[in-house]
Amino acid sequence: MRIRIKFRKYGAMKFIGHLDMMRYFQKAVRRAEIDICYSEGFSPHQIMSFAAPLGVGITSDGEYLDIEVNSTYSTKEALERLNATMVEGVEVLDYVELFENAKKAMSIVASASYTLSYKRGFESPFPVDEWKKVIKEKFKDQRSFIIIKKTKKSEKEMDLKPLVEQFDVYEKDGQISFDIKVTTGSTNNVKPELVLQSIYKELNLEYDTDAIQIHRKEVFAFNDKEELVPLIAFGREIL
Amino acid sequence: MTKLALSDSILMKVEKPARYIGNELNSVKKDKNKIDVRFAMAFPDVYEIGMSHLGIQILYDMFNKREDTWCERVYSPWPDLHKIMKEQNIPLFALESQEPVKGFDFLGITLQYEMCYTNILQLLDLSQIPLLAKDRNNDDPIVIGGGPCTYNPEPIADFFDMFYIGEGEIMYDSLIELYKSMRKDNKSREEFLHEASKIEGIYVPSMYEVFYKQDGTIDEMKPIYEDVPKTVKKQIVMDMTESVYPEKPIVPFIKVTQDRVVLEIQRGCIRGCRFCQAGMIYRPNREKNVERLKDLAEKMLKSTGHEEISLSSLSSSDYTQLDELISFLIENYNGKGVNISLPSLRIDAFSLDIMSKVQDIKKSSLTFAPEAGSQRLRDVINKGLTKEVILDGAHQAFLGGWNKVKLYFMLGLPTETEEDMKAIPELANEIAALYYDTVPKQERNGKCQITISTSFFVPKPFTPFQWAGMFEPGEYLRRAKIVNDTVKAQLNHKSIRYNWHQADVTLLEGVLARGDRRLSKAILYVYEKGGFFDAWGEFFNFDLWLEAFEKCQISIDFYAIRQREEDEVFPWDFIDCGVTKEFMLREWHTALSETVTPNCRMRCSGCGARKYLGGVCYANKN
Repeated sequence: MRIRIKFRKYGAMKFIGHLDMMRYFQKAVRRAEIDICYSEGFSPHQIMSFAAPLGVGITSDGEYLDIEVNSTYSTKEALERLNATMVEGVEVLDYVELFENAKKAMSIVASASYTLSYKRGFESPFPVDEWKKVIKEKFKDQRSFIIIKKTKKSEKEMDLKPLVEQFDVYEKDGQISFDIKVTTGSTNNVKPELVLQSIYKELNLEYDTDAIQIHRKEVFAFNDKEELVPLIAFGREIL
Repeated sequence: MTKLALSDSILMKVEKPARYIGNELNSVKKDKNKIDVRFAMAFPDVYEIGMSHLGIQILYDMFNKREDTWCERVYSPWPDLHKIMKEQNIPLFALESQEPVKGFDFLGITLQYEMCYTNILQLLDLSQIPLLAKDRNNDDPIVIGGGPCTYNPEPIADFFDMFYIGEGEIMYDSLIELYKSMRKDNKSREEFLHEASKIEGIYVPSMYEVFYKQDGTIDEMKPIYEDVPKTVKKQIVMDMTESVYPEKPIVPFIKVTQDRVVLEIQRGCIRGCRFCQAGMIYRPNREKNVERLKDLAEKMLKSTGHEEISLSSLSSSDYTQLDELISFLIENYNGKGVNISLPSLRIDAFSLDIMSKVQDIKKSSLTFAPEAGSQRLRDVINKGLTKEVILDGAHQAFLGGWNKVKLYFMLGLPTETEEDMKAIPELANEIAALYYDTVPKQERNGKCQITISTSFFVPKPFTPFQWAGMFEPGEYLRRAKIVNDTVKAQLNHKSIRYNWHQADVTLLEGVLARGDRRLSKAILYVYEKGGFFDAWGEFFNFDLWLEAFEKCQISIDFYAIRQREEDEVFPWDFIDCGVTKEFMLREWHTALSETVTPNCRMRCSGCGARKYLGGVCYANKN
């Protein structure tokens, strides 16, 4: 039986990297006495895989992992057991049984939505209305948005336009934030800060990574009807 | 959520920010407004090393069981963060509350090895606490040292307000009660230190004065007040089974050295190897009841979710209920996602059978620690292992499918001759030959792989070898070369690998291990010139130490190389560790006559530890 777990990661836990989060969940699953499946051999490991790695420093409301179990508690009880043994900064939000034909989370991830906001003590170069205008003129109204993507070996041109599904800006409690939804996955993968960085570059502004808090809101995949839906939609509640 | 002491931009800049954020599972948070005493427990090395230390976990659990005390953890910030904290004047903080250590009541520092001494100064410096105890005032925390290096605390005496000599489980309650009552009465730091020095096991260096002879050795060390005890008595736990032990150890986020449940099965050792300080200072050997251990194993695995459990002791094979304990662990956990990691067991049919159940034979190796190559020298050091036992163990193991062997030795032991050095590779060669004789060609899984590792012997206080001399680094390397050349000249040299330690670290360890109060200024000199993390090869700077010794007129020959006179007063003689100086001197003579002393179970050798009225001294006796 395959299970998909959704959790959120906040506060100081943003400094715990992807591999350490995997180790964290391996131990947490054991503490919660989830009947997880193990591989064979002298050092058996749990059958567990994460959907999309989250960089250090980023918080999230939409983290996913898939596990395989021999038997399971109900969704409600599993959530209670897991949350009873979480540290502050990790909360398990959902625990569902995957549909029979569902693929592994890591193989189907298609896009992810983020909020990028200015941290306390850091000023936005523009007021929100100015930002709205800039984003419309420089990005939304353009047919393409070509950037130079540098890798260790080469530099190549890339059009960001088709890879950015959403790019909006808003102000709340005096804090300016950007909602950015980008293509994610193994073939085309865009980091949300690349979008903002590119706009900064276009405007000849200096981008300060320390100034921006990145927060992942949700991770999506295509369902049978070719609609983008959150990863949790590929399973059902266990009663 | 606790506000972090470091800003996001600092945490994003440094290596492994998880070292500094606390918040680990089972770490303890308390309401500081409901607390009387705040205790910062520090390990003067990086997080991953410090978090692997069992002693701190035990004391952390013990302190936090007290409702009036909040014990938090502190580790050495890695040099990348150290630099930032110095530049930005950020005070060192404890992990749980993220609040500055300088506001605490106590700063406890555990001292596990001499090479961390400069890191003590780093902790004090970053905490913004005066480095020298004499410069501290009523607002500074009481700085207290503990751990094995406190059996000679003199080289670092100037940096500490007090030391706790012995096992922490016993006297801390009395110390904290005294602290609370004297603070309530508005007593001064000086008055508190004076009173504390009367608690058994507490050593307050400022309450003692040392007088030296013309030749630089100690004439006398005496208390400056009449009511301060002349000897400080080590404190030990006599009921290991009922003693406090963490049922919910902290689970780090990042991989640490000891990333598993650690079950302490006993303290002390019956063997009496003459080079081994732990074997003397933890006497008498005391076992923990097997039923308690089973219960602890279950609780600790459950509360941590660790995927591995290992046993901790100085010599696990000597634990009388080992069969029962290991059978329990295998029966309950083997094949259920929990690895059972075995300590170095004596290699025999029993241990090979267990190892074949819990390890992949193709990947695992056998470990022997003969410590010396020849039987003569093994008799000198009182290491009971014989060549026959080693060869027989290896023979059985080769039949069982193993083909990797690790051998540990020391070079530079007292009385060592060139023959003894050559005996090391010769033993390795014989084991290799035995492999090729035992296992037919078609059944071999490649060549056998024998790894020889040698460290250089450092004489330690409270051992029969505390009188022994050391050598110049060049002499150590010459001895390693003899071993290496012999390895290469042998028939089976392709099956043997040889590693040896650095010689200059060894010599420095030797100076610090048996030093006196006059060394403090050299340690201070090194730290002030930027030296720290000496336990890390990439930061160790021997030339800086040589410079410090020269500036401070410290003679390496005096502290490390010369052989000490039998009637010399040692800097650590004021400590009563249970084992008497007469016994150690007797053992020193027995060693030089190449004679073995039987272990504690075979016969009592009258070391003095019987006075603790328990442990192996009284086991199975009428």
